[in-house]
Amino acid sequence: MSEVKTKTPISNSRIGDSAPRPDGIPKVKGTFAFSSDLWHEKMLWGGTLRSPYPAARINKLDITEALLIDGVHTVLTHSDVPGEAVYGLEHADQPVMAAEVVRYEGEPVAIVAADHPEIVRRALAAIKVEYEEMVPLTDPEIAESVGHIHPDGNVFRKINIRHGDQEIQGDIQVEGFYEVGMQDQAFLGPESGLAVPGEDGGVDLYVSTQWLHADQRQVASCLGLKEEDVRITLAGVGGAFGAREDLSLHVHLCMLAMRTNRPVKMIYSREESFHGHVHRHPAKMWYRHHADREGNLLRVEARVLLDGGAYASSSGAVIANAACFAAGPYRIPNANIEGIVVRTNNPPCGAMRGFGAVQTCMGHEAQMDKLAAVLNVDPVEIRLKNALKTGDQLLTGQIITGTAPVAEVIRTCAEHVPSYQKSSDLMSLPGGAGRTADPEHISRGEAIAVGFKNLMFSEGFDDFSSAVCHLEDGVATITCACAEVGQGFVTLAQQITREILGVEEVILAPAATETVGSAGSTSASRQTWMSGGAVQKACEEVRLKLLQRVTEEHEIGIDDLVLAEGQVLSLNGDFSISIDVATENPLEARVEYRHAPTFPLDENGQGDAHVSFAFAAHRAVVDVDPELGLVKVVELITSQDVGRLLNPVQAIGQLEGGAAQGVGLAVMEEVLVAEGNIRNASFTDYLIPTALDMPPVEVAAIIEQPEPGAPFGAKGIGEPPSISSTAAVVAAIREATNLELPRVPVRLTDIVSVEEPS
Amino acid sequence: MPAALILMPVTVARSLDHALAALEECPEAIILAGGTDVMVQVNRGSMPVDQVVAIGRIPELQGWSREGDWLHLGAGVTYSEMMGEEISSMVPALAQASRTVGSPQIRNAGTIGGNLGTSSPAGDTLPTLFALEAVLTIRSSTGVRKLPINQFIVGVKQNALQPGELIEKISVPVLEGPQEFCKIGPRNAMVISVASFTLLTDVKESQVRSCLGTVGPVPIRPTEAENLLSNGVNWEKNKVSSEVLEAFASLCADAAQPIDDHRGSAAYRRHAIKILSRRAACRIFSEDNS
Ligand SMILES: Cc1cc2nc3c(=O)[nH]c(=O)nc-3n(C[C@H](O)[C@H](O)[C@H](O)COP(=O)(O)OP(=O)(O)OC[C@H]3O[C@@H](n4cnc5c(N)ncnc54)[C@H](O)[C@@H]3O)c2cc1C
Repeated sequence: MSEVKTKTPISNSRIGDSAPRPDGIPKVKGTFAFSSDLWHEKMLWGGTLRSPYPAARINKLDITEALLIDGVHTVLTHSDVPGEAVYGLEHADQPVMAAEVVRYEGEPVAIVAADHPEIVRRALAAIKVEYEEMVPLTDPEIAESVGHIHPDGNVFRKINIRHGDQEIQGDIQVEGFYEVGMQDQAFLGPESGLAVPGEDGGVDLYVSTQWLHADQRQVASCLGLKEEDVRITLAGVGGAFGAREDLSLHVHLCMLAMRTNRPVKMIYSREESFHGHVHRHPAKMWYRHHADREGNLLRVEARVLLDGGAYASSSGAVIANAACFAAGPYRIPNANIEGIVVRTNNPPCGAMRGFGAVQTCMGHEAQMDKLAAVLNVDPVEIRLKNALKTGDQLLTGQIITGTAPVAEVIRTCAEHVPSYQKSSDLMSLPGGAGRTADPEHISRGEAIAVGFKNLMFSEGFDDFSSAVCHLEDGVATITCACAEVGQGFVTLAQQITREILGVEEVILAPAATETVGSAGSTSASRQTWMSGGAVQKACEEVRLKLLQRVTEEHEIGIDDLVLAEGQVLSLNGDFSISIDVATENPLEARVEYRHAPTFPLDENGQGDAHVSFAFAAHRAVVDVDPELGLVKVVELITSQDVGRLLNPVQAIGQLEGGAAQGVGLAVMEEVLVAEGNIRNASFTDYLIPTALDMPPVEVAAIIEQPEPGAPFGAKGIGEPPSISSTAAVVAAIREATNLELPRVPVRLTDIVSVEEPS
Repeated sequence: MPAALILMPVTVARSLDHALAALEECPEAIILAGGTDVMVQVNRGSMPVDQVVAIGRIPELQGWSREGDWLHLGAGVTYSEMMGEEISSMVPALAQASRTVGSPQIRNAGTIGGNLGTSSPAGDTLPTLFALEAVLTIRSSTGVRKLPINQFIVGVKQNALQPGELIEKISVPVLEGPQEFCKIGPRNAMVISVASFTLLTDVKESQVRSCLGTVGPVPIRPTEAENLLSNGVNWEKNKVSSEVLEAFASLCADAAQPIDDHRGSAAYRRHAIKILSRRAACRIFSEDNS
C-alpha cells in the first residue's frame, strides 16, 4: 500500500530533479490500493444512519427491528460510545453520534455492522428514529444574536485586528460587499477504512487521512483507550484537500470492530461523502480601502463573516487566516479587520486548500481593481506600488523576515506573452459541447490577481514532524507518519535521502502511528518543510554516524570524506568503501524537527503568529457569452514563489491542480444549501471542471529565492495555486461583462438578468 | 449468510426472443441496456431491482438500417455510434445531441433506447426525435406495436411502455437540409441540460421542424413558431428577415413551460430558449437585413 520502493537511477532522483512518483504508474494502471480496496477475509461491513434534518430533537431511537435482521451483527448508538462522547480537531464539540439533538443534515445517529452492504442498508432502514423537527439556524448573520444551538455557543471565534491609526481617512475610498459560496474538496476516493480488533483489547485502524496522530488522539479518547492501543496505519488516499483532517468514520469503525470482535470495513457513498466531511467556509465580506491620490494604500477596514456550520472543526484557525491575510500581500500601515466564524445548522466547514485566504483574496483583489478603476491606473501598477516585500510589516505587526517576492510574481505574470489563439471551433467557445455560441456572441476579458498565505501552523502551535532513517547494507529506510495524499512526499523523501546519503535504494516504510512519532498534518503547505525537514535531519545524523564510523575504522579525517554514488570516498581519491559494506552493521537516527516558534495574536490581533509566507499571482483570460451567462476560461497564467524548486514536475502538478480548484470555485463549484439541506450531493450536480473547462496553465515564472530557515530553502507550494486563481477568473469575467459580480461562483443568472413575467 | 436476500436473477439475453421470453415470465423485470441510468439509481437505492433482463448483447437491437427516406436505429445504438459519420450525415442534430451527452465512457455505453426508456425531460436525444416525429417499434412476446414518440413519452419520466414490452427500434425520416441542436448547462461538457433546442429543415417541403428540451415535462414542439418560420423563410435564397427571426424566437420562448429547480430558474430557461432559437436559425438561414 504505502510501502513504495524505486530503482530509479540516482542521476534523475536528487533534489531539483523531476523524479517520477513511485506511486504514479500504479495509480494510472489502477493497481494502487486505495483505502476503499481494503479487504479482510473475516470482515463485516459497516454503515451509518444519518439525520435527514438539519435541526431536530431525537425523541425516540429504536434499534430492535434492525437487530433482528439475519446477518446483522450489531447496531450501536450514542450510548455505546465507550469514551468521550465528542471529538474535534481544535475543540471537542462534535458528537460521535447524536444523542438528544441533531445539528446538521447527515449527522450520524446510529451505526451498523452486518455480513453484506445490502444487509447494512436494510438494517439502517429498519432503525426507527422519532425526530421532532426544529427551525434550523441557517443565516450566519444572525447566529451571534439568536439562542444557542450548542452548549458551547454560536460563535466559534472572533478576531479583531487593530493596527496603526484607526481613524485615518484616505482621499480615495472604495467599498464593496463580497460573497463566496461553499466549495467542496471533491476528492475522488470516498471516506473508507478497515478496523481490526486487536487481541490485546486495542484496535488497528487502516484509513485514509491527513494526520495519523491527531486521529489517534481523538479516536483513543472516544474509545476510552490509551493512545498506544489505537494503532493507525495510512491506507491509500484518494485525494484530501483538507476534507480528511477531521475524523469521519474512524471512531465508528473501531466501535463496530471492538463490539463484534470482527474486522469491519466501511465506504461512504458519494452522497454520504458530501455529508461526511467538512467543506470550505462560505464567506460574506465587507471591505473599505483608503488610499491617497497616488494610489498608496493607507488603511483597510474589513469585516469577514464565515459560516462554520454545526461544529467547530478547524474554524478557529481558518478565521485567523482569513483575518490576518484579509487585505492581501500589500503594505498597509493601518487596519481594522473584524473576523468572525459562527455556528449554524448548515453543513460543518473546516479545512480546504487555501484555508481562509481563498475567500478573502476574492475580496481584496476585487477591491484593488476598484481602486485602480477609480484612480484610472493599471491594475498591475496599483498592485506593484503596494506590494509587500521583505522587511515590511503585516496587518498583525509581524515583520516579514523571509523572502517575499510579491512584485516579482506580479510582474512576471503580467509580462508573460500567452500562447493561446482565438479559436472559432464551437466546442472551444463558452457552452462547449453544447454548441450554444458563435464567435460573434463572445466577449473576452483578462485580469490579474495576487494572493498569499502562511505556511505551516501558526499562533504558537507546537508544530513538529518526526522521522527515522535506518541505513543497512546500503539501503536506506525512511519511516515517517507523513500522510501521502497526492502531494508527492513519497518522491521528495526519497530525493532528500539520496541527496544526503548518496545511496540509490530508498524504502519508505508505511506511515503508521506505531513506528514513529507524529508528522503533523498534511495541510497548510507544510510537509515539504516539516517532514522534509525531519527526513533531512534524520539522514544527516545517519550520515554523520557513518562518517564517524569510517573515520574511526580507517583513520581518515572526517572532513576528508564525502558520500557519493553509493560510496564513502576520500577527497584525494585514495580511499573508498561502499556504503553497502560500511553499513552491514546498521545505523539509525530518530529525530523530531520543529520550525521557528510562533506566538499567539494578542487582543488587537497583533503578534508574530506566522513562520513563513508564500505568494502567487494568476492572470486569467476568459470568454463570456453575455446573453446566456456561459463562461469559458481560455487561459491561466501563473507565477509562484517557491523558495527553491525541489521537483519541477511535481511543482507544476501542484500549480495546475490548485488552479483547477480555483477555476472551479470561480465558475461552478458550490455546495447548494437550502434551509440546511444539501441539494446537490452528487457529482451529477456538484460540478467540477472538465477538460473543456480547465484551460492549460502557463507558468510564467517560478521564483526561486531560497527561504532562510527552510530545509533546502524550499517553501510549501500546495495552496497558493488555489488562492489567486479564483480571484483572477472572476475579475476577468468582470472585465468581459462590465458587471460587478461580487459573488463566486459566478452563476449563469449573475451574468444575464432575467425575470419570469408573472 | 442469507445469500438469497442479495442475489438477484439476471437474464443476459442473447436474442430478442430470449429477452421477450424472460420479460413474459417476469414482466416487472428491469431492462438493462448500457446501465448508465439504471446503475445510478440502483446505487442510490432509488430503484428496487428484483429481476434484471440485460439486453446489451442482443444482435437485433444493434446497428441501424436505411430504408428509402427512413432510418431505423436499433434501440441498442450508442451515442458514440450516433456521432459516427454515417448517422451524423443522415440526422446531424442527433449526432450533435449525442456529443453533448456525458463523457466518452457514458457515450460508449449509453443507448438511444435507454434515453427513451428513462424519458427524462432532460434526455438529450428527445427533442430531435420529437421534431423528427420518430416512430418507436415496441415488441413483447405477444406482438409488436408502433407508437409515435409523442404518444410514447407522456410525462416526467413517464412513458407508454407496458410490462413485458421493450423498445426494438426507433425510425426517423432522413430530411434534406441543415440541422442544429444546442444545449445549455453550467459546465462546458458532461452536464445535465438546463435548456436545449433543436431546429431541423426539410428543404423539399420548405418547412422547419423544431423542439424545445428541458423546459417542460416532455419535449415541446413550438408549432406556431415553426409555422411562422417555415412561411417566413425565403427558401430559394435561404434567407430570413430579422423581424421573422425575432418573432420566431419569441414564439419559441412563449411555448416553453419551464420550472425552477436547483439547476436553473424558469425565467432563465425561457430566456435561454429565446436566445438559442434565434442563434440556431441564424446558423441555418442568413439574416436578411435589407
Ligand atoms: C455521468 C452521466 C452523464 C450523463 N449525461 C447525460 C446527458 O448529458 N444527456 C442525457 O440525455 N443523458 C445523460 N445521462 C443519462 C444516460 O446516460 C442516458 O439516459 C442513456 O441514454 C441511458 O442509456 P442506457 O443504455 O445506459 O440505459 P439504461 O440505464 O440501461 O436504461 C435506462 C432506462 O431505459 C430502460 N430501457 C433501456 N433500454 C430499453 C429498451 N430497449 N426498451 C425499453 N426500455 C429500455 C431501462 O429499463 C431503464 O429504465 C448521463 C448518465 C450518467 C451516468
